[in-house]
Amino acid sequence: MTETLSRGPVTGTAVKAPAKKKPFVFDLYSTAVGKKYVMAITGLIGLGFVITHMIGNLKMYLGVVTESDGERAYDIDIYGEFLRELAVPLLPRTYLLWGLRLVLIAAVALHIHAAIGLTSINRHARAVKYQSARDYQIANFASRSMRWTGSIVAIFLVWHLADLTWGFVLPDHVVGAAYYNIDQSLSRIPVAMLYIVGNIALGIHLFHGVWSLFQSLGWNNPRFNAWRRYIAVGSAALIVAGNVSFPVAVMAGVVEYDPAAVTHPVGEENE
Amino acid sequence: MSHTLTNITLKIWRQDGPDGQGRFETHQIPQISDEASFLEMLDILNERLIEEGREAIVFDHDCREGICGTCSLMIDGQAHGPQQGAATCQLHMRTFSSGDEIVIEPWRATAFPIIKDLMVSRAPLDRIVESGGFITAPTGGAPDANLIPIPKPVSDAAMDNAACIGCGACVAACPNGAASLFTSAKLTHLNLLPQGQAERYKRAEAMVETMEDHFGSCTNHGECSSACPKEISIDAIAIMNTDYRKSKTKNRRALSRR
Repeated sequence: MTETLSRGPVTGTAVKAPAKKKPFVFDLYSTAVGKKYVMAITGLIGLGFVITHMIGNLKMYLGVVTESDGERAYDIDIYGEFLRELAVPLLPRTYLLWGLRLVLIAAVALHIHAAIGLTSINRHARAVKYQSARDYQIANFASRSMRWTGSIVAIFLVWHLADLTWGFVLPDHVVGAAYYNIDQSLSRIPVAMLYIVGNIALGIHLFHGVWSLFQSLGWNNPRFNAWRRYIAVGSAALIVAGNVSFPVAVMAGVVEYDPAAVTHPVGEENE
Repeated sequence: MSHTLTNITLKIWRQDGPDGQGRFETHQIPQISDEASFLEMLDILNERLIEEGREAIVFDHDCREGICGTCSLMIDGQAHGPQQGAATCQLHMRTFSSGDEIVIEPWRATAFPIIKDLMVSRAPLDRIVESGGFITAPTGGAPDANLIPIPKPVSDAAMDNAACIGCGACVAACPNGAASLFTSAKLTHLNLLPQGQAERYKRAEAMVETMEDHFGSCTNHGECSSACPKEISIDAIAIMNTDYRKSKTKNRRALSRR
C-alpha cells in the first residue's frame, strides 16, 4: 500500500511568509482560535448583562416605594426610569442606555456569527461521523448541547423582546410600566412556562460557556483552575434561581399589580 | 493468575480503500487469555483469517509499548479503549469480560482519511510539526548538561507536554475533530524551555494556522485529555490560545521593523 503524500515546500518558522496584511482584529477573527476569543468576550458581555438584568428584576420584590416627593410607585419602574436617565446631565436622556444596547446587540450578533462559523468548521473537520456509538468520558450534556441551548436562548430572547419590550405579543403592554407588564405577561401559564424553559436553557448554556471562556481566553492558572468550574456553576445557578423565581412569583400571586397602591396607575397616565 | 475469556464478539470496521464503502464485520473469538494484549488478540484473529484464506484486518501498530504513537483504534466508542492513560497496545484483554461485544472503528476525521480497514493517514499532524515544531538554529553536538539552567518545575512541565506521542487520539476523541491538544502540547513543550523562546511566537502562529488548515476548533469538551495515552492536560490549549493571540501582535510588530 503506497500513499502519495501531497506536501508543499517544507517551511521552517524562520522562512514563514509574512503575516497577512489584514488589520489585527480581522486577521484574528478569520481564524478559529480568534473566533473562540470573540465567543468568549461576547459571552462575557452577555454574562454581565444577564446578571445585571436579573439583579434589576429582583427589584420587583421591593414592591411599592414612596419617593421623596411623596409619590408612590413600583420600585422596578423607578429603576427603569433610572436606566433611561443614565448619565443624563452629560448626555441626553436614553443616549447611554442606547449605547449599552448597541454593545449588547453587537455582542449577540458576533456571538452568533462566530458560532455559525465554528460549527461549520467543525462539521467539515469530521465529514464522516463515527458509525458506532461514542462513549464520552468528560464531555457533559451542557458542552454537547451548546448549539441547542444557544438556539433556544436566541429564540427566547426574540420572544422576550416582543413580549415585554415591544409588546407585540402582549395585548395590554404599556411602555415603561415594567411591573404591570410583568404581571400581565407572566399571569399567562404557557408564557410563564416558556420563561422557565428559556432560563433553564440559559443556565445550561452558561454552565459550559462560563467555564469554557477561561480556556478560550487563555486564563489558565493552576492555582485558580478549580475556581473556573465553581464560577460557572455559581453564575448558572444564580441566573436560573433568580430568573425562574419571577414567573413563579407572579403565578403564586407574590407579584401582583395593584392600581390602588400607586399614585399614577396604568391607564390613568395615558389620558 | 491468568484466566481465559470466552465468547468475545468483535464488530470490526472493514473498508477496502480510501474511497471504499465501509461496513462492520462480525468475528467471534471463542477463547483468549486475559494476558493477551488487545493487538495480540487481533493478531490471533488475523492468523485465523489467513489460514481460512481470507484477508487479514489492517491496523496500525509498531512498538507495542506505548511510546511510538502508531497504534490507534476506536474501541467501544473510546479512543485507545477504556483504559485511561494507555495506548491501544497497552490495553489487555483483562479489561474485558467473557461474552463482551467489542466494537472497533478507525479514527474518523476529515484530516485522517482511511487507508484500509482500521488504518488511517495521520499526515496532517506531520504538517503541523513541519511548520514550526522544532528549533531552526543548527545546534551542533549535544551541549553539556546544565549548560542552560532550567528550573525543575519548568522542565517537568515541558516534559509533561513532550510526552505527546502524536498518536492523534485527541483528534479522534474530539467531537469537533480538533487537533488543539496535539498542537498545544508540541507548542508548550518548546515554548516553556529557554531554547524555544527565540521562535516562540513565530512557532505559535505557524503551527496554529497549519492546524486550522486541517482540523476543527476547540470547544473545551475535554475529551482529548481523557483519551490521551499520555494524559496531557488541556491547560496546554489555554497556553496555546494566549501565545497565538500574542503572536498576532508581536510577529506583526517584528515584521514592521524590518
